[in-house]
Amino acid sequence: MEPIHIEEVQEQLDRLANKEVYVHLETTNGAYASHFNENAYNVGAFIRNAKVNYLHGKIVGTNGTYRVGLKLDIGWVYAEGVNQWELDEQERLLMAGHDREGRLMVALEISEQPFKN
Amino acid sequence: MEKHVVVIYPHPDDEAFGASGTITQFRQKGVPVTYLCGTLGEMGRNMGNPTFANRETLSEFRKKELIDACKVMDVELRMLGYRDKTLEFESRDEIAQHLKNILEEIEPSLVITHFPGHAVHPDHNAMGAAAIEAVRLMDPASRPKVWAQAISHDHVKLFGEPDVINNVKPVFDQKMKTIMAHRSQAQGVLGSMNGNAEAAANMEEVAKERLGYESFYTWKFD
Repeated sequence: MEPIHIEEVQEQLDRLANKEVYVHLETTNGAYASHFNENAYNVGAFIRNAKVNYLHGKIVGTNGTYRVGLKLDIGWVYAEGVNQWELDEQERLLMAGHDREGRLMVALEISEQPFKN
Repeated sequence: MEKHVVVIYPHPDDEAFGASGTITQFRQKGVPVTYLCGTLGEMGRNMGNPTFANRETLSEFRKKELIDACKVMDVELRMLGYRDKTLEFESRDEIAQHLKNILEEIEPSLVITHFPGHAVHPDHNAMGAAAIEAVRLMDPASRPKVWAQAISHDHVKLFGEPDVINNVKPVFDQKMKTIMAHRSQAQGVLGSMNGNAEAAANMEEVAKERLGYESFYTWKFD
């Protein structure tokens, strides 16, 4: 993955709009968060292969942290904190935010084919 | 002397951090060891340092690392095919039945797994509970012993010291090799154990201090 280039990511969000696509959305601070720091509270959520068709998608943000929102006809998909991206060999748009130690904190991925379960 | 040891953990690297010293000591005595690994750690947060995996490629890396680690330990590997972070939502009975079938085939004398409720990660707790349920469902006459590994902060306060405490420092090089075979995880896990990333530079010392002993409670069925 490489640092987000906002124009390139926007181009991919546009390419995938108004199509049946599969979304992986995830956020987590890790299952050990409160084990290593008693003041921490474990949080996490993920949804894999949500099938959606978004009207438009937009990436906004500056200085290396970005937010991505997908407007659905009756709802929204949204991720905050993505800082890296790649278009993989299957043309899937993979976006993620990592902490300073390189651990994944948030991921938003969009594909025209279902993700492998 | 054990006849055959079966290790049941959910993630590639649980065996390395938790029991690879003990496993190595069994292998040195010629005891066969089989590792039943529940998932491929698909949802791991460590992506290598520097980062080389992404969410979609991580499972392939971790599968390769798992196979390599099992070569280092010289154990048989069976991958159970569950998905990371979902074990506690699966049917406990189904997983227990799955494990019981394998245990009845292998006929081990000892099973090593996580101590349910005291293994911190939800997958650890779920896998440990299913493993113990699998053994409980077996004919009492042919049940293997179970060593359950607790890593919660309060387990000693609640249960006293574990009755099995293995000093694995004599085989620590081998344990370190097993941990390092899990390339995408090793630095991240060792770093976070020490609460700071600089520890990554001093991994071997951190590891020896934290991981030089492997402790287990012998499970009581009754």
